[in-house]
Amino acid sequence: MCTAASAACWKGGAVASALLQTERLTRRFGGVVAADAIELAIAPKEVHAIIGPNGAGKTTLIGLLSGEIAAEDGSIRFDGAEISRLPVYRRSQLGLARSFQITSLFRDFSALDNVALAVQAHRGHSFRFWGDARREDALRGPALAALERVGMRDRAGTRVDKLSHGEQRQLEIAMALASGPQLLLLDEPMAGMGPDESARMVQLLRGLKGSVTILLIEHDMEAVFALADRLSVLVYGRIIASGDPETIRADPAVRQAYLGEKDSSAQGRQDG
Amino acid sequence: MTASLEPALNVAPPAVLTARTIFTAGLLALLALLPVYALATGETFAVALFTRVVILALGAVSLNLIMGYGGMVSFGHAAYLGIGGYAVGILAKEGIGSGFVQWPVAVAASALYALVVGALSLRTRGVYFIMITLAFAQMIYYVAIGLDRYGGDDGLTVYKRSDFGGLIDLNNKIVFYYLCFAILLAAIYLIARLVNSRFGLVLRGTRSNERRMRAIGFPTFRYKLVAFVIAGALCGLAGALLANHTSFISPAIMHWTRSGDLIVMVVLGGLGSLFGPVIGAVVFLLLQEGLSRVTEYPDLVLGPILLLVAIYVHGGIGGLLEGRRRG
Repeated sequence: MCTAASAACWKGGAVASALLQTERLTRRFGGVVAADAIELAIAPKEVHAIIGPNGAGKTTLIGLLSGEIAAEDGSIRFDGAEISRLPVYRRSQLGLARSFQITSLFRDFSALDNVALAVQAHRGHSFRFWGDARREDALRGPALAALERVGMRDRAGTRVDKLSHGEQRQLEIAMALASGPQLLLLDEPMAGMGPDESARMVQLLRGLKGSVTILLIEHDMEAVFALADRLSVLVYGRIIASGDPETIRADPAVRQAYLGEKDSSAQGRQDG
Repeated sequence: MTASLEPALNVAPPAVLTARTIFTAGLLALLALLPVYALATGETFAVALFTRVVILALGAVSLNLIMGYGGMVSFGHAAYLGIGGYAVGILAKEGIGSGFVQWPVAVAASALYALVVGALSLRTRGVYFIMITLAFAQMIYYVAIGLDRYGGDDGLTVYKRSDFGGLIDLNNKIVFYYLCFAILLAAIYLIARLVNSRFGLVLRGTRSNERRMRAIGFPTFRYKLVAFVIAGALCGLAGALLANHTSFISPAIMHWTRSGDLIVMVVLGGLGSLFGPVIGAVVFLLLQEGLSRVTEYPDLVLGPILLLVAIYVHGGIGGLLEGRRRG
């Protein structure tokens, strides 16, 4: 039995058991190769972080996996099925949920309405025209449970535009969790957060570890190393290294391409 | 379980008597009692005018479903008035006078047209969507002009109102008015249920953030298409009523400015509110009627009024009554 954090196990080619696996995943925008033959394998229940400098193609990768961006070449296998040609909503129905880097919520709905809508998407079709959906316990119950998981149950009735930025980010996570996904794609969950809010989000995500597989894109290195079982380093659309945190920290190519420059800036922020 | 859900459900606004609800109630009372007033004073013209108001309000209510709740600005909604109207007119001319045939045909033809237009136009958005719905409506407009057998440009007189056996006599103007009013209320009730149903929440969520809707697993296109078809069918019914009301149908009813009028009514009354389109239709048509009596260019006055509402009042006249202002 491989543990997610065991790099040796991965180098040994245990990828057959991966929840998500890409092969030669490629996408160009004009002359820029945003995703260059990406090979990625994510094990069940691990937290896998993608790091890389700005413009490395991290958000493109999320777009390719969630289906918002069409792949030019390569394949994506998710839970044993080839999904690279499926539309966004089909991938979501298969258990692939994402959060957005820029908060993307239904602003004129309450927090609970937002989450309940995410639940509704996975409870059969919605061609039901008569009954009041806001009175359906089958939708409200799981939605409240998801709010509870992110510590926002008491904010259920609040309209989204009355929530603080940090709460909106938490609500993003609750919506992604609501449908009981197998894989969470988190696109910079700490974006725009202050230190306190970031710490709370790290706490929240740590609480999810072991219950759901997470692919995490994040700039906050402290958060990444606190959460990730494994990391992949993306530079100019290519994965230049993959492994557990210690391996990545020690990898000379990574240090040169990314961490060296990033470490000093992170250091500077801590000192300042 | 139900009890534990209660605290979170109190998102509905408390039932207080706002200026808006009072105004809406007053307006409905006025519409309900209008024939009484008309009979008492002998001003039968008022019944004719308000029958038109109520029918076009139905058209505006149907447009509001897709535009107000679904965010789909259809600039070809008057096409359904024409399709519904021509269904009645053409069947009547061909000797089929039964309303039990005419009205279902009017509704079905409009729904079918909406299905085709929606299937093509809903793949686009924004200005392109507006332009494609407009283009289709123009096409239907010119098709109607080309219908030589049915009067072409000059239109078609509908000699007999739809016949519902002994059930209801549309030739009685008061009866017809109340029928139109009842249909309008039924349509508003239908939409009130619909927008709070699962379907309605998908529609409103899609207006708010379609990208997110797809990301959480909704195939948004098919929901939008169904809403588009429901709205078209409802407006087709308004067209059937209109042909009965005026006993005449011509391509003019489908002119693109008529589609514009419907949009104006919806915006004027307040997008995405249940009774807003009714308020908008009443205000717009009465203003138009009143102004055309005192000036040759009613639009010169109407235009600036609409502009002011669009710029300064968030949520139309309904919003104004709630004291909402923009900026």
